[in-house]
Amino acid sequence: MTAPRSQSAGPGILEAVLAFGVGLLLLAAFLAVAGFDVGASLAALWRGAFGSWYAISSATLVRATPLIILGLAFTIASKGGALNIGMEGQFALGAIAATWAGLHVAALPPYFAIPMVLGAGAIAGAAWMLLPVALRLRFGVTEVISTLLLNFVADAAVSYAVTGPLQEPSHIYPQSGPIALSAQLPKLVSGARMHLGLPIALLLALLVGLLFWKSRWGFRLRAVGAGATAAKVTGGIAASGVLATALLWSGALAGLGGAVEVSGVSYALYQNLSPGYGFTAIAVALLGRLQPLGVVIAGLLFGALEAGAGAMQRDAGVPAVAVQVVEAVVILTLVVLTRRQERAL
Amino acid sequence: MIGDLLTAAVRVATPLALAAIGETVVERGGVINLGIEGAMLAGAFGAAVGAGAAGTGAGVAAALLAGVATAAIFAAIAIGVRADQIITGTAVTLGTTGLTGVIARRVFGDGGAGLSLPTLAKVRIPGLSNIPLIGEPFFNQSSLTYFTYLVIPLAGWLIFRTRYGLELRAAGESPQAAAAVGVRVGRVQTVAILLGGAMAGLAGASLVLAQVGTFTERMTGGRGFIAIAIVVLGRQRPGPVAAAALLFGGATALQYVVQASGSGVPYQLWIALPYLLALAVVARRRPGRN
Repeated sequence: MTAPRSQSAGPGILEAVLAFGVGLLLLAAFLAVAGFDVGASLAALWRGAFGSWYAISSATLVRATPLIILGLAFTIASKGGALNIGMEGQFALGAIAATWAGLHVAALPPYFAIPMVLGAGAIAGAAWMLLPVALRLRFGVTEVISTLLLNFVADAAVSYAVTGPLQEPSHIYPQSGPIALSAQLPKLVSGARMHLGLPIALLLALLVGLLFWKSRWGFRLRAVGAGATAAKVTGGIAASGVLATALLWSGALAGLGGAVEVSGVSYALYQNLSPGYGFTAIAVALLGRLQPLGVVIAGLLFGALEAGAGAMQRDAGVPAVAVQVVEAVVILTLVVLTRRQERAL
Repeated sequence: MIGDLLTAAVRVATPLALAAIGETVVERGGVINLGIEGAMLAGAFGAAVGAGAAGTGAGVAAALLAGVATAAIFAAIAIGVRADQIITGTAVTLGTTGLTGVIARRVFGDGGAGLSLPTLAKVRIPGLSNIPLIGEPFFNQSSLTYFTYLVIPLAGWLIFRTRYGLELRAAGESPQAAAAVGVRVGRVQTVAILLGGAMAGLAGASLVLAQVGTFTERMTGGRGFIAIAIVVLGRQRPGPVAAAALLFGGATALQYVVQASGSGVPYQLWIALPYLLALAVVARRRPGRN
């Protein structure tokens, strides 16, 4: 068995730190060129992310939770050599299913209700992945196209849900009614918005790590990701089965991410529940070098960035989308550095 | 009623067709550029700035340049360093969303939506516009729609009848074999990507100058990704791609009608339909292509 390709190993820690630094530096330069007060903007960014216990516990860690879960979702698919560009859609489906479940479990105690709500989200996310899996295995259609297309269908599904079957009782607003109290994830500390979703995300990272490195399936997954043909010829591994499982788990995690967001933050279904988490999480996974621990750290960093962006918009008038510049620069720097390494080998 | 629907369909289809025909050229070269969503957004922004400063002509020119610039970043990384195209394209789109959002706030102020721009007037083509049923919808549109009509055969000619097109298709089908017979694969693909960027930029221009009349943050709303679906639906042939764009435009226009008429079918089904159709079409394609 040869070592996995450097693509699946991802860039080193040094590269990750460098990429994040370059991202922040270019953001500062860009804000200066665009005529914003750079000092005030970055100060607001810092305040919103780490400036107070409230910023950390009610903004940064709340934003980091879905990013970590979705980052893990992208990582699982990537390890098997597949790109899940449809996490936005699986997240949405997970949110729909979780809301539906959450509206029906009022009679149950939380320790039954919460697993049911989260389970519904995960199942819906995986189910949303069935079509891309079938298309890839049966017709050789790349999951990139199919998952991307399904994002739009998911969007329409949310729109239908909040104006149709799941609409709040007065039928005025395009949103669902609040889910049952027993379906809501408990807060970790009183007075802070962070919720049980964070430890769940950390636990998932641990489980994914164990799966990758300690299980037979993880070994097969890495083998297939490193080269499907080689895995089949030398290891007798059925690449398509492993790939299908990886995509389904990826969808399940993304769906769970949506469920955690409903159950821990919004308590109801809205349109545009995700401010692009499904795409930001690609940056998280890449920055985290496609390693569970790395994804946790990168998720926290991007969570901080997203939280800081809110403050930057409020206090310095810089639109929150500015952080997408950082995300883009991080991704592009990393892919360039990784490619340079590969070529040097 | 049908005439109005068709008019709206053609108007909505124009930016989709422009971007999709550009992406058709790109994909013929074996490249997929998810960054055209970003290029279209950059084009929309360029159009708004250019038109606001010096009229619609400047708007169209600025849109074209902005689209090419965005595509150049994609080309430098995806072709120059041969980084993963999907990831690079996604990042380019993310970055453009951020850049245009921030600069727009600076240029247009907090109001944004209140911004009023000169727009492209409808141009009635004498004679053709008198054809019953289709005359008015197809031949009383903005100049960018007529430009789209021209681009359809031009793209077909470029892809199937020129030396460049031959090299492009060779690069797309087998880069190694193409390189072996002397095709400079990277250069051929880069040209296609820049061309695709220019078209996406024009798509952004038509969105701002002929459809919406203003610039707002993230205003393309996935139209670039839809263009990629349209390329799939049209099987990488300019004519069918344009027809597929019209189908998407029609489905979008139909939503408004259905929404207004209050029939039993949820209008979201109409929104989802083109994407489901695209999925059905990719599934019918010959296996093993990817």
